[in-house]
Amino acid sequence: MSDNQLLEVIEKYLNGEMTKDERARFEVLRNENAEINNKVTEHKHFTNLVKQYGERLELEKRLDAIHDEIDVHALEEELMIKPSWIVSLWRNHHSKISVAASIAIFAVLCTLFFTGYLANRQVNYLPLSKKVNELSHKTDVLNNKVNSLNSSGRLAGNPGNFRGSGFAISSNGYIITDNHVINNADSIYVQAFDGKSYKAKVVYTEPQTDIAVLVINDPAFKGLGAIPYSIRPGESEIGENVFTIGYPRESIVLGSGFLAASTGYNGDTTSYQISIPVNPGNSGGPLLDNKGNLIGIIDAKQTRMEGAGFAVKSGYLLKTIQDIPADSLKKPLNINTKNILAGLNRVQQIKKLQNYVFMVKVYNQ
Amino acid sequence: MSKESNSGIPADSEVILGILNNSEIVLKRLYIAYFPMVLQLIINNNGSGDDAKDVYQEAIIILYNKVKTGDFELSSKLKTYIYSVCRRLWLKRLSQMHRYGGDIKDFEEYLSVDDETEKNNERDIQFNKMGNALKLLGEPCKTIIEDFYINNRSMQEICQSFGYTNADNAKTQKYKCLQRLKKLFFQQK
Repeated sequence: MSDNQLLEVIEKYLNGEMTKDERARFEVLRNENAEINNKVTEHKHFTNLVKQYGERLELEKRLDAIHDEIDVHALEEELMIKPSWIVSLWRNHHSKISVAASIAIFAVLCTLFFTGYLANRQVNYLPLSKKVNELSHKTDVLNNKVNSLNSSGRLAGNPGNFRGSGFAISSNGYIITDNHVINNADSIYVQAFDGKSYKAKVVYTEPQTDIAVLVINDPAFKGLGAIPYSIRPGESEIGENVFTIGYPRESIVLGSGFLAASTGYNGDTTSYQISIPVNPGNSGGPLLDNKGNLIGIIDAKQTRMEGAGFAVKSGYLLKTIQDIPADSLKKPLNINTKNILAGLNRVQQIKKLQNYVFMVKVYNQ
Repeated sequence: MSKESNSGIPADSEVILGILNNSEIVLKRLYIAYFPMVLQLIINNNGSGDDAKDVYQEAIIILYNKVKTGDFELSSKLKTYIYSVCRRLWLKRLSQMHRYGGDIKDFEEYLSVDDETEKNNERDIQFNKMGNALKLLGEPCKTIIEDFYINNRSMQEICQSFGYTNADNAKTQKYKCLQRLKKLFFQQK
C-alpha cells in the first residue's frame, strides 16, 4: 500500500466513511502496526489544526465585519481623557521646546563663562563696621607718633574710627551691639537719637556669635524709659516681615523686608538671612518682627548678593546675657519681657523705638 | 435612552448560550457592548484604535474558545472578565514594545488572568505557523487544502471546480499538497 493510498484509507476511517467490516479490519491493523497507528494520530491532529485554523479565520472575519460597523473614531473622541492644554502643548511641541530650552541654557552658560562669572565664584564677606577714613587714619597715627616723639605731648582724640549701631535692653543703660564693632576699642561712645553722646564700656563679649554687651557709665546719663520691646526666645519663621533701624549714616534709617532663610552665611545656624538691604553701620542694630519682638541683631552682609543681610538669632542674645559673670554687672540687668509695640503701626513703632537705638562710635589709637 | 442601552448589553448567560449556539446576533451584541470599555482602556494607555481592536478581538476569541471547549466558568461578571483579559494582553504588548512605563490607568476592576492568555498564546503560535505554511504552499494547493479540510467540500466538487479529469488525479494532487504543507509547517521554528 502506497503512502497515498494509506492516507486515503486513514481519511476514510477518520471521517467514518468505512463500512463496519472495513472499520474492524482497519482497527486490527492499527493495533498491530504501531507505524500506522502513529500516522493516524498524527494525521488527525494535523487536519484538526487545519480545521481550527480555518474556523479561527472565519471567526476573525465575523468579528472584523462587526467591528466595521462601529464608529471607532467617534468613540475614541468621546473616551479619550483630554489632557490639559499645557500637556497637549508639550506633546505637540516638545521637540521644539526642548531645543529652545537647550539653546537658552547653552547661551546662559556661554555668557557666564565669557563674562568670567564662573571663574569668580568666591563670595566676598565682610563685617559691616564702617571704616572711617581708614587710610588717612593710618597716616594720622603715624603723624601722631612722630609728633609725640617730637613734642611728647598728646593730640586731642580723633573722630570715631568705627561706627555701628546698638540698642538698649534695659532702662539703666545696658546696650547690645556686635562684637566686631567694638573690637580693639580704646573708648566707646553711644549717641542717642536726640544727639547726646554718652561714654560706655564693654561688659561682656561673645566672639563666637559676635555679640557684645555695653553699659553706659556716663554721669550725664539719666536712664531710659521702659524698653518697649521684648526679646523673643524662640526662632522665627521664614517669610516673616522684619525690620531694623540703625545708623548706616548720621541719621537713623529704617530698613524693612522679610526673613529669607533660617541659616546665615555658609549655613551658619546661629543667624538668619534677611532680605533687608543693610549698609555698613547697620551692624549691631536690632532686628524686629511686625509685632515688635526683638528677633535678632544685624550682623554682616554678603557683598555680592544684593539686598541680603544676616542677623544673629535672638536666642543667642539671651544665652549671652545669661553667660555674663555676675561680678561684671555693676548695675542690675533686668530683661524686659513686656512688649508694647504689638498693636501699633510701623510709624508709631519707630517713634517709640528710636529712643532706644544708638549709634556706637568707637575710638582707637 | 438608558433602557435602550440596557437592552443592548446581553446578559452573561445569554452570551454563553449564544456562543454555544453559534448565534451571530449575540456575538454582535457582545462585541458592541464591551468594545467602548476596552477602547477607553487602550487609547488612554498609549494605544491606538487599531491596538484596541486587536486586543479586544483576541480577548473575544479567548472567551469564545473557552466557552466552546466547555471549560469556561463564569466566576465574575463577564464585563470584568473581558476587561481583565484585555488589560493583561495590553500590558504584555506594551512591555514587548518597551512602552510600558510601569503604571496603567484603570477604568474598571479586574482579576488576574495569567494562564488563560498564555494558553491562547501557544495556540496563536501554531495558527501563525499554519497561516505561513499555507501562504508558502501557493495555488492551487492552498485552495484544495482549504476546500477539503476547512470548508468540508467533497473530492467530487473539488475535482470539478479545478477541472481534473478524474478524482484519482485530484486525490494524488491533494496528497502531494498535504505532504508539502506538513513539511512547510514543521520546518518553521
